[in-house]
Amino acid sequence: MAGSNTKQVTFHLRRFEPGKDAEPHWEDHSIEVTPGMTVLDGLWKVKELSAPSLAWRSSCRMGICGSCGMLINGRPRLACNTQVSELGSAIVAVAPLPNFDIIKDLVPDLRPIFETHREMLPYLLRDDTAEQEDPTREYRQTPHELEQYLQFSYCIKCGCCMAACPTVATDAQYAGPMPLGQAHRYDSDTRDAGFDRRREVLAGGSGPWRCHFAGECSQVCPKGVDPAKAIQLMKRQLVSDLLRLRRRTPPAAVAEAPHGTMRDDIPAAPPRTVTEA
Amino acid sequence: MRDRTLWTWHIGAGAVILVLLGLHMVIMHLSGTLGFLGVQDAEPTGWASVAARAGSLFFTLTYVALLGAALYHGFYGFRNILMELNPGRTVRSVINVGLSVVGLALFAFGTWAALAAPGAATMAGG
Repeated sequence: MAGSNTKQVTFHLRRFEPGKDAEPHWEDHSIEVTPGMTVLDGLWKVKELSAPSLAWRSSCRMGICGSCGMLINGRPRLACNTQVSELGSAIVAVAPLPNFDIIKDLVPDLRPIFETHREMLPYLLRDDTAEQEDPTREYRQTPHELEQYLQFSYCIKCGCCMAACPTVATDAQYAGPMPLGQAHRYDSDTRDAGFDRRREVLAGGSGPWRCHFAGECSQVCPKGVDPAKAIQLMKRQLVSDLLRLRRRTPPAAVAEAPHGTMRDDIPAAPPRTVTEA
Repeated sequence: MRDRTLWTWHIGAGAVILVLLGLHMVIMHLSGTLGFLGVQDAEPTGWASVAARAGSLFFTLTYVALLGAALYHGFYGFRNILMELNPGRTVRSVINVGLSVVGLALFAFGTWAALAAPGAATMAGG
């Protein structure tokens, strides 16, 4: 029975099963929505009540894993991070992220972006292999140096930026905001020495040069990352390098062991004088 | 690697256009404003002014530089638009070679016109 806080909402879902359907089609499923219910909760309810074969990806339910990126009412969002009430509509249209092939229903094939991501060498590249495999201490980095890449490291690879990017939609050569943003995340990390290796890919045709700076990637990011900024900073780095203006500094060294002295001015705790009543 | 170089030249050409087009605007179209500011100049589109500029090495060099920068900037932008239509490898090569040939031909013609202008002005001036 519907309570006073519940609302009837129609989930307008894009369905597609390769081998069975010639092309995607839409299905409507009406469910009761309670306050606080997310689109992901709604999908589970639809699956439970009327569409048991409905497929999507999800895992953490708290906007961390990046699995449940979908096109919700025409906007790329995380289903777990979007409450039905915030959409302000009695119809919730859910489709797979655009710019990708569909595996089934709401499951996009994200392999192309992860392959491109891998080409960008998204990890610390250094010569001290022994230290990396068997670390003795951490690499030295100041808070200011950390801030140069910190926000880019919040990327959860959900693919929302790739779905929102108008250049990705039209240009097959363009690497896209997620892989480029992650390349910049490592290029701007003072512990990294892989700029020259990443440059081989970034200075070519799939690099940041094709970005029109529409800014949709930054607008849509559920984690508040600004990939458009990363791409513009990357252009500056690469052009500075071409013009021999880029400062080349060795990667951050391993931090020295602390050699502070023990404080001997710490007062001793006073004896307890309060007695039980 | 080539794309980074081409893009850098594109931005550089844009900066050159900004300066030289600004110069053009000031000399050719803002004479009234300059007069208001106390800078008096002859009528910029008058024959004497045109002939004087045509005979000046500085102006000849700026014409050639502006022509080169504008052609490169425009043709590179046009190439990018065509490349976003996702052409195949052969068509890409045709676009690259075609635009380079047309651009160089226009540059050569424009440069010739700028260099030939002093002689033409002298002949026409009688």
